[in-house]
Amino acid sequence: MFDISSDQFQLNPNYRLQYEDAQECHVLLYPEGLVKLSETAVAILTRCTSPTNGIDVIAGLQRTYPDAESLPADVMEFLIDAQSQSWIVAVED
Amino acid sequence: MPDTGTNHYIPMWLLAELTYACPLQCPYCSNPLQLPASRKHELSTEEWLRVMREARKLGAVQLGFSGGEPLVRRDLEELIVAADKMGFYCNLITSAIGLTTDKISLFKAAGIKHIQISFQGSNKETNALFGGTDSFQHKQAMARYVIDQGIPLGLNFVLHRRNLHQITEFLQMAEDLGAEFVELANTQYYAWALHNRDQLLPSSAQLEEAEAATNRFRDQHQGNMKVLFVAPDYYEKRPKKCSNGWGTTFITVTPEGDVLPCQSAKVIDGLEFPNVRDASLQDIWRHADLFNGFRGTHWMQEPCASCPEKEIDLGGCRCQAFMLTGNAYATDPVCELSPEHHLIKKAIAAAKQDEMAEDRIVPLLFRNPSNAKKLAS
Ligand code: SF4
Ligand code: SF4
Repeated sequence: MFDISSDQFQLNPNYRLQYEDAQECHVLLYPEGLVKLSETAVAILTRCTSPTNGIDVIAGLQRTYPDAESLPADVMEFLIDAQSQSWIVAVED
Repeated sequence: MPDTGTNHYIPMWLLAELTYACPLQCPYCSNPLQLPASRKHELSTEEWLRVMREARKLGAVQLGFSGGEPLVRRDLEELIVAADKMGFYCNLITSAIGLTTDKISLFKAAGIKHIQISFQGSNKETNALFGGTDSFQHKQAMARYVIDQGIPLGLNFVLHRRNLHQITEFLQMAEDLGAEFVELANTQYYAWALHNRDQLLPSSAQLEEAEAATNRFRDQHQGNMKVLFVAPDYYEKRPKKCSNGWGTTFITVTPEGDVLPCQSAKVIDGLEFPNVRDASLQDIWRHADLFNGFRGTHWMQEPCASCPEKEIDLGGCRCQAFMLTGNAYATDPVCELSPEHHLIKKAIAAAKQDEMAEDRIVPLLFRNPSNAKKLAS
């Protein structure tokens, strides 16, 4: 398990994140399955397509949504969940 | 045709059965009993590319390359490259016979995202016995290489009476190999498996033990491996929904271009199977009688038609209803409410008798051309 705040991670390279016209939303595709993503999830995951860490993701989002008060906690919660489902994985250095 | 709201369904899954050719001879194979005499009517590369494009337009996102054995197709790599570019998530479903480390590297570069390897037994002997080929070590070596390449590995273990007791051994092997997913799929009794039912169907005690063994393994090993146990429906009180609902999620294209709502639909006599050589996939998915005929609940007979549970299981499996009762519109006999439920009880009793009578074991009927001919005559 990597440390979400400080360790480098990125979107699982074996998964695909893309917009689907037919479903009118973004989906995350993984072996034999998929999940429809909320706009919040998309905003977070699109920041993970290249190596990053939790602090940077939160800082970036705060610049875009300066008024969202609970943002850091929400993002952390989402990333913990994403880590447990292997949506995001550690980047080896 | 009644209005079945056909336009909002998206076939999320395209199963591309590239060929019926297969080096194995599994006695539970879901492919049709009639094996084509040659491969010359198979869809060409261009035709598959068109099918894939049309499926993407309908919204398909998951693509399974399967068969038979998809590795038999020389254009597999080319198809993977194209599918990946179109935006599909590409899964390869293989027995690993014919797989090499070079091919795995090529497929990885081509864009394969997940490889599922099937095992017929948890050791050299049973694997050879049930697959009809000696391939155990090769499968293991290929599984290891898939992991080395960083490709998610899934293992599929087809269960029946004669290998159910191997579950723990198999799960241990899967974990040692580093598999991410394991599917413990009990044989469903269609096609070849139906002919071998007396020899393959487990007892309920055996099944309970197998499921318990699976749970014990899950409890003792808190790793990342996801284990799915698919019970055979003969011991259930209610049937399973067909493929998440007929014509709602899955679309299968056979080697010669027939389009099916489920992999085994061809067992149903008297249906007309639309073909991608005659119409576009859109047209077939939205308008073909085959798809609209059993979408939703409008087609049901009693007891399903007035059953309060009809939206839950949609009357069960059409293939099973047809194979066991001769009527594709009937209630799936697995359902306790079916007037034909005694057929299931009879099958269980027959399997039990076969199990007791060790001395007159009927040989398994393996899937090969000579047995296909015997069944035809
Ligand atoms: S079930 Fe066995 S025989 Fe049938 S296609 Fe699969 S590997 Fe081949
Ligand atoms: S009668 Fe038909 S709809 Fe009702 S539970 Fe049985 S299979 Fe399902």
